[in-house]
Amino acid sequence: MSAKNFGFSIHKDRQIDYDKNYREFYYRVKAVEPSISLCISCGNCTATCSAGNFTSMNLRNVILLAARGEVNNLGDNVSACLLCGKCQLGCPRGVNTRNVVIAIRKELKIRRKP
Amino acid sequence: MGKDVLIIGGGIAGMEASAYLSAMGYQVTLVEKANELGGHLLRWERLFPTQRHGKEVLSFLHCGIDGKIRVIKNAEPVAAVTRDDLHIVTLSTGEVITANAVLITTGYKTFDASRKEEYGYGIYNNVVTSADLEEMFSSGKEMLTSSGIVPRRVGFIHCVGSRDEKVGNIYCSKVCCVTAVKQAIELKERLPYAEAFCFYMDLRMYGMHFEELYKEAQEKHGVQFIRGRLSEAAENQDHSLLIKVEDTLTGRPLKMKMDLLVLMVGFEPSDGTQKMAELFHLETGSTRFLKMADEHTSTNVSSVQGVFLAGTCSAPRTITSTITDARAAAAKITSYLSQYSIEQREN
Amino acid sequence: MKEEGKKKLWQEYQKEIADDRYFYVRSCVRQSFFPGAEQAFLKIMREELGKDVFEHACHTTCTGIAYHADVVPFDTTMTVVARQFSLMTESGYQNLVPSCITSFGVYTEILETWKHFPEVEAKVREFLFKATGRTFEIPKNLAHASDVIYKFRDSIASRAKYKLVNQQTGEPLRVVEHIGCHYAKMFPHKGIGGAEFPHVLIGMVESWGGEVIDYPERRHCCGFGFRQYLVQANRGYSVACSKKKFESMEPYMPDLIVTNCPGCPMFLDRWQYVIAEMENHTYGADKQGIPVLTFEEMAAMVLGYDPWEIGLQVHQIPVEPLMIKMGIPFDPGKKYLGKNSKDMGRPEIPDYLNYSGMKI
Repeated sequence: MSAKNFGFSIHKDRQIDYDKNYREFYYRVKAVEPSISLCISCGNCTATCSAGNFTSMNLRNVILLAARGEVNNLGDNVSACLLCGKCQLGCPRGVNTRNVVIAIRKELKIRRKP
Repeated sequence: MGKDVLIIGGGIAGMEASAYLSAMGYQVTLVEKANELGGHLLRWERLFPTQRHGKEVLSFLHCGIDGKIRVIKNAEPVAAVTRDDLHIVTLSTGEVITANAVLITTGYKTFDASRKEEYGYGIYNNVVTSADLEEMFSSGKEMLTSSGIVPRRVGFIHCVGSRDEKVGNIYCSKVCCVTAVKQAIELKERLPYAEAFCFYMDLRMYGMHFEELYKEAQEKHGVQFIRGRLSEAAENQDHSLLIKVEDTLTGRPLKMKMDLLVLMVGFEPSDGTQKMAELFHLETGSTRFLKMADEHTSTNVSSVQGVFLAGTCSAPRTITSTITDARAAAAKITSYLSQYSIEQREN
Repeated sequence: MKEEGKKKLWQEYQKEIADDRYFYVRSCVRQSFFPGAEQAFLKIMREELGKDVFEHACHTTCTGIAYHADVVPFDTTMTVVARQFSLMTESGYQNLVPSCITSFGVYTEILETWKHFPEVEAKVREFLFKATGRTFEIPKNLAHASDVIYKFRDSIASRAKYKLVNQQTGEPLRVVEHIGCHYAKMFPHKGIGGAEFPHVLIGMVESWGGEVIDYPERRHCCGFGFRQYLVQANRGYSVACSKKKFESMEPYMPDLIVTNCPGCPMFLDRWQYVIAEMENHTYGADKQGIPVLTFEEMAAMVLGYDPWEIGLQVHQIPVEPLMIKMGIPFDPGKKYLGKNSKDMGRPEIPDYLNYSGMKI
């Protein structure tokens, strides 16, 4: 079947479709690092992040997107992390942020394998 | 002393104030329109933040209702006049009561959730209110949806009828955030495999131990919190719900299927409170709750001499705050009846 | 879904609709989008119901499209609308019936504005008088044409030759109703049933034997939206809106979609073709689309009007399968004959969308 060209393409939906997303991802990361569930999205980690000042790394958003099963763009984010641990110093909820990043990296690699 | 106090409304505030005023030696008459004392507490199974049973608090309050208090059930005031500092109140039973002071403890009602039309309460099969859920918990029956399945995902919608100018309620109802956390925990205890989500605008965990409860919900029970206000719900073919919120922290619209949707209904002045405002000519504030003479210093004093306020007829309150307020009202009434004019003291 | 809950809500959103003597104002675009719809309305009103419906030859656009595309300012729109009121007053009518939902929205918005800001009304009266020497009276009653058909839905049902029922199975047809955004979203109390659960089309469908589908994306816009479809590069946004609705209604297997707005039937009809040709997906059985009707066309079909007289041949999604379901006879040979049996030409056959039964 051929596809006709009408001079425009149909827009993709911006809506997060939770039921179609990869929801298991978050629960797998949580099994490795349960403190991920304590995040309250305050952004303390992101403001102090050395990488985040110059790259798209944003740990608050990474945790949020993981929780929504929106995993497609997480790789670029977490790969920028230096694992310096500054975020962990300030986290008011005691999230083990370094291990969250490590667990997400591992989980993304597992997912990529055929 | 031999002075008479009429207390209107036999809920938490009315019961506790009766106990204190009776203990202080006044002749107390407590009028309750239902056939049982306890008010909303009768329908509340467990209480935040400790998860203790509502019944325990109720039996504590009952301990204060001694033989000296005259309790009139199944009655409500239908007329009131004031003559020489005496309040003459006619009850629906025909009886006329004369009192030196009147305490209004007619409380609140929960917001009628069907007014938020887009949430479909009363139309969609699996949309309930927080009060309905509490009754489901109390009944001890198995938690099931209208289709008879065990819910796999439950959403708690904060601020239904609160902080919403569209329904005329600009104020925060104070108890709904922590009630949602409490109910989500209870739900997870009953249905450990269900997912529970709270949708909030701001999480107001102001009370002692509220934040701990919130953390426990996240840590121990895996309750998830999404910052966004429900904009609309629709029913799916299988009678589950499709909800639309903005996930404001990711900045994107979000849709999600829910097997059960719980609307955290806020406070409105009860019909009794509105009626007492008319009967006693009491001023109401912009929020339609009874107006306190001074927001800081005279919270139990109404706009009419000899008529006092306690509990949720004047503002949304927790049980803790209602009990404290009832005792404060008892102290205020005592100072009034003793003609000890605290208000006139020098600044 | 609890029907009694909806009924309770509908009672809170009833409005007054005049009984007779209507001043009818046509839509700019409907006569080319669905050319038989307004004619069908006039025929139903005059011949079936015996009502007085007046049209004025000097009536113009309300400027709705230009207003919503930010081309015409509100002051101009108000003055143009004041002129329509003047035509109505001059003709001795008081009950205004717009054919277009956006016009209905524009009229409602203007009347509400004047109610709250009388000084604006005074200014517009001055503009109109200076420009044309005209004066006007405010309409006594404003109702959309679909409100009027809703009012007389039972009279129409009593005259119906066909029902919204599948003649082969005896089952009610499954109908998606789609309400134009400007009908009640701006002023819920001006729409029958309100904004969240409008009753205006449901009332017709149920009165004429059909069953209404309430699907999750019911309230979503069709994608017309004025500004986005005007520029070709933006049309992907418009199609995506319709697509969201189609995907949501697809599992319910609707027999037809009925609308009360000029843009909605246009886009819900044409975009099904576009999606079929671009993405090779259709939302009806056998690579067919879901037929889309205006409420006047649906009424006319129920009343047994000749399908080619009411313009059903200009639909992109063929209506023939629906007519077969309803047991409405039609002559395929006359489909493309226009006035005085003049051949109107034939449309191009789509690559993917199934036109096989149409005998072009």
